[in-house]
Amino acid sequence: MVNLERYQQRRGLVAIDGAMALIFILLIVQIWLLGATLETFLAGHAGAVLPAAICSGLVFLGCLALDLFVTRVDQESRKP
Amino acid sequence: MSLLPSPSKEPLWREEFSVFTSDERYVTRRQFAKFLTLTSLGMFVGNLWVLAKAHFAKTPSFPSVEVGEVGEIPVRGIKLFTYPTPKDHCILIRAGEDQYMAYSQKCTHLSCAVYFSAKEDRLECPCHQGFFSVRDGSVLQGPPLRPLPQITLERNGARLLAVGLKGS
Repeated sequence: MVNLERYQQRRGLVAIDGAMALIFILLIVQIWLLGATLETFLAGHAGAVLPAAICSGLVFLGCLALDLFVTRVDQESRKP
Repeated sequence: MSLLPSPSKEPLWREEFSVFTSDERYVTRRQFAKFLTLTSLGMFVGNLWVLAKAHFAKTPSFPSVEVGEVGEIPVRGIKLFTYPTPKDHCILIRAGEDQYMAYSQKCTHLSCAVYFSAKEDRLECPCHQGFFSVRDGSVLQGPPLRPLPQITLERNGARLLAVGLKGS
């Protein structure tokens, strides 16, 4: 029983670590995206600003979904 | 299987302050994931701010200012002037017999004053060796990423007028 509990916890931790790594990668993409958008806007090319904002929103939604996944796995793994 | 977490029956304080050591690992990870997600939200808000700036930006109007007369400076010679405000230093270059170009003197890298090198036929920034083309102000070499803002010139008889600014 204890072994099964430990196994479930370890599996939950692996899932959470994987999700966090994905969130981290998405965050790096978003930091780059903001920098590139600002650079493009300051160079006088305003056409790229709207697609960049849409992409940034989608990346944020991805992060939010992964965060909800982490919370859910956390709850599942800690169920008695 | 839903992505959303099921509503917990435990109070929030009990979830955040675990009794068991093994649970603490989850709490720190969960909090870190929340922090990363909030940072991602911050980046998204930043992008929306740039979008709002681009949408509500007003088209600037530039005055018409006389910067010199045709033939006043020799071929491959220069004249310094300010445009559109007295604080914005610019450089007028006579590249050919009837070819006049004017650019902002402020380097797009770190705002050092650029000068015209007649020998190399380019605009040079002495601070970090950034070179710009005399033809269109584009970057030839060095750390600057953006071209030099170009002053739009018009001829009114023998007078040269600055009437606009491109790429500022």
